Amino acid sequence: MPATTVEQTQSSSLVLLCLASWAIPGFGHLWLGRRAKGLILMVALMLMFVIGLGLRGQLVPLRAIAGVFDLSEPLAGLMCIADLGIGALYFVAGALGYGAGDVRAVTYEYGNTFLIVAGLLNFLVVIDAYDIAMGRK
Amino acid sequence: MQSHLLLLALFAFFVSLVFALLSKDDPREQVRFGGMLFGGFIITALVLGWLMYPFPL
Repeated sequence: MPATTVEQTQSSSLVLLCLASWAIPGFGHLWLGRRAKGLILMVALMLMFVIGLGLRGQLVPLRAIAGVFDLSEPLAGLMCIADLGIGALYFVAGALGYGAGDVRAVTYEYGNTFLIVAGLLNFLVVIDAYDIAMGRK
Repeated sequence: MQSHLLLLALFAFFVSLVFALLSKDDPREQVRFGGMLFGGFIITALVLGWLMYPFPL
């Protein structure tokens, strides 16, 4: 196989790994054979997300991302990007009607914090899986 | 669940767990680093809480 084809295959499988790791938290580590780490990350991040929903936090809708670019609501847009970090769960929860948020709830801000940080931590998990795949760790 | 302290501890636990898993490879080091992070979160929150106590907001 020519060198360029090998590189293309490697880079496409790296992209696939990162996408899978983003879509299902911890899946990238499981794929790379780090089973214990992958399972703990999966359970921890999913629990954080579920607790965030249970605390009546809000999943900011995708349309809010526009607020980052036109500067109308940059913080809501950034919050949406952070929420998206959790991957497929964001869309599943939205489709099932969760994540509407209840601003009157005492725990609303706590819920938002759990949802945002779960997403941001999953971005770090994706980067870690990428580093492992590249042989840096 | 509305206890501020319990939610703080829960949040600190999850964040410490993930950071420890990502930063260290040896299980013993992970436990040590995670424990230090968790303790740091709790102590910092309590100290900052008491420092902010006199400010009327």
